[in-house]
Amino acid sequence: MLPALEMKGISKSFPGVKALDSVSFSAATGEVVGLIGENGAGKSTLLKILNGVYKPDAGSIAIDGRNVEIRSARDAFNKGIAMVFQEQSVISSLTIAENIFLGREEEFLRFGLISKARMNEAAAQELEKVRLKIHPGTLAADLSFSDRQMVEIAKALSLDTRIKRDVTILLDEPTSVLEKKEVAMLFDIVRELKQRASIVFISHRLDEVLEICDRIYVMRDGRVVHESPAANADVHTLHQQMVGRQLQHEYYREEKQAQPSATIALKVDKLSKAGIFQDVSFDLHQGEVLGIAGVIGSGREALARCLAGYEKVDGGTLHMGGKAVRLATAHDAVGRGIGFVPSERKVEGLITPFTVAENMTLACLSKFTSGGIISGAKESAIAKDWIAKLGIKTPSTKTMVVSLSGGNQQKVVLAKWRIAGVKILILDHPTRGIDVGAKEDVYSLVREMTAQGLAVILLGDTLDEVIGLSSRILVMKDGVVNASFNAPAGGKPAQLEIIQHMM
Amino acid sequence: MALAVRTSKAGFAKWRAWAPLAVLAGLCILVSLFNSNFLTVSNSLRLLNTAAIPLVLSMGATFIILMGSIDLSVEGVIAVTAVTVSLLVANDLTGYDYGLWAVPVAIIAGGLLGLLNGVLHVRLKTPSFMTTLGVGFAGVGIATAMLGGQTVRISDQTFRALSLGRVGGVPMAIWIALSAVIVAYIIQERTRIGRWVYAIGTDETTARQAGIPIERTRILIFSLAGLFYGLGGVLSAAQFGQGHALISQGRLFTTVTAVVVGGTSLSGGVGSVLNSVVGVLIVVVLANGMVLMGVEPYIQQGVQGLLIIVAVALSLDRSRLDVVK
Repeated sequence: MLPALEMKGISKSFPGVKALDSVSFSAATGEVVGLIGENGAGKSTLLKILNGVYKPDAGSIAIDGRNVEIRSARDAFNKGIAMVFQEQSVISSLTIAENIFLGREEEFLRFGLISKARMNEAAAQELEKVRLKIHPGTLAADLSFSDRQMVEIAKALSLDTRIKRDVTILLDEPTSVLEKKEVAMLFDIVRELKQRASIVFISHRLDEVLEICDRIYVMRDGRVVHESPAANADVHTLHQQMVGRQLQHEYYREEKQAQPSATIALKVDKLSKAGIFQDVSFDLHQGEVLGIAGVIGSGREALARCLAGYEKVDGGTLHMGGKAVRLATAHDAVGRGIGFVPSERKVEGLITPFTVAENMTLACLSKFTSGGIISGAKESAIAKDWIAKLGIKTPSTKTMVVSLSGGNQQKVVLAKWRIAGVKILILDHPTRGIDVGAKEDVYSLVREMTAQGLAVILLGDTLDEVIGLSSRILVMKDGVVNASFNAPAGGKPAQLEIIQHMM
Repeated sequence: MALAVRTSKAGFAKWRAWAPLAVLAGLCILVSLFNSNFLTVSNSLRLLNTAAIPLVLSMGATFIILMGSIDLSVEGVIAVTAVTVSLLVANDLTGYDYGLWAVPVAIIAGGLLGLLNGVLHVRLKTPSFMTTLGVGFAGVGIATAMLGGQTVRISDQTFRALSLGRVGGVPMAIWIALSAVIVAYIIQERTRIGRWVYAIGTDETTARQAGIPIERTRILIFSLAGLFYGLGGVLSAAQFGQGHALISQGRLFTTVTAVVVGGTSLSGGVGSVLNSVVGVLIVVVLANGMVLMGVEPYIQQGVQGLLIIVAVALSLDRSRLDVVK
């Protein structure tokens, strides 16, 4: 039998990264196909290509054996592919029925007017499929998160009633906001649905993948590295496939890993943010790289942003140098000597229309002013100094940062905080989207900084990176610190040990 | 995510939804305490008559603001359409006498200016704020040029009856405004474009993923708003019996204030044309009340300025705002 959906040799590059490298993938009607891999392995890019958000640079997509081009989400839908997004895409100001049929209201039009009664009736049918007993006229804003997820799934399932041929449903982490009982129900729905559809299931929870899937693909670094029937797989081997390569201590400059001092730079006690993370406590020592591992939804991103003053906490205390501090705003944090290198470099890390020098001095501009006037000479002198120190490849201090490569932009961000004289640096995915050479430079810089007594909190791009760079690792899951590992040079924990606590 | 936070906020959101109506009721009670003439039939009709043109204008502006955009071209569009209609009915400047046929022509002229707003905004990707400010300014210029700075007097009494005539003892302007509200309400509740305005205003990315033609919808909504402003221009000409470029002075402020005071959020996605009806009534009652209470004109203006700032301050969902521009 022909697979309902087949992708052959799909490649996709973004500036500086090859997100997909000749990926082949297929799903047949009556089959649930699992797709797993670490963050950044390329799963989401693959799905976005199937949903018409991105166009592949190379390769072909065939539906029922015929080559097709998918131009938009709507086009994908008409070709029988529906997607349940990882980020919730329910519009809160519309009702359930309006959300389910958003953009496809034609069938309920009479003389150009929408028949709400008929739309609600049709929506009720779709809601029945996901066993949601809520009136379709209810505003989405009034729904719980799990109900919204169900509406989202109902929206995808509405394809099944509307398209005559077999359909493909893509489920991107559909269970992350669901309770156990709801997950079981979703699986019942999936089993029922697969009689008429092929289903692609993406999840971080490997036990779920093994439970529901018939066949499993493992992706790593933009490639499919493993494919097997679910019956032949187990959690342990899947983990190994996902993680792949061995530790490379040279890559992470392990020999330069500093011994943390006994002095505590930041004491975090029972920090909480309602619904995101709870009771997080740890001591951050000078000269230490504290890695935080966790999947999306573990709360580590929010924790990092709270420590940088970008978001507010609901409870808990912070101490620096024995004194209680509050970090209500980024201004507070910077004032206390905490710098943040955000994952969204271009949005939060840099002012893109500014020059290299202007970005470098942004966090402590007052050092370069006299009588309120910025001294261009002082500014460019220090910028030159740091361009040399960090090996930033830029034609001059007056070059716009936007024209630098990702790796050099990241070095500008790091220089900004070094110039500001921070004592604690929070690195949120510091090597995301930069090439290997620049990554190694960043690792060297981290080693230099800690040798000088700076404390670093690291949210790595990969687990590999967290283990390689950190001297201690906290593992977060569902908003709590689940485990903690020491990671001295030469005595690094294995990835599998850590993954077990992440999922 | 933060479920607990959401539910606790829902209570506040519900309270906020009723706040404009409560303000209107409170205002009416307050004014009638000071002046017993306030709640009489004749003063109520006078109030509604004053509200007629702002109502028509706010219907168009509501859709724009629901979409998360802003339209500052109101006054320019009114000026052009009011002058156009004045020149086409029997008047003291041109020889034309097309009677009521001039009305659709003027309204369509308004729609075309709205179309221009939309096309420029979408195609050149210029912010709606700047685009409409430019088009509105140009509109006033065009209206001035059409008349060479003069004023045209309308002698067509059938045309003037659009505002001044009475049906069932109620001025025509009120009936027309009422129809505009009903049409706007039907568009909002029962048409695709009405749904899409909310979708775009709430979350444009998701709306795009759902296959909504965002650009076309934006252009259509700006055109629709232009049609409402065109009708507003026609009513202005009929009411004053003349056309000139400055006929629309002050309308922009009243319109935006009314929409915002009514509870439609400037960030888009939240609100309704019915909210704007309440908003218009609040603005009109406040103005009328201050006259009845004998408040100095300059102070009246100050109070209205404060009103819009208070309304915006109360209506913002600050948890969603990271950056205020």
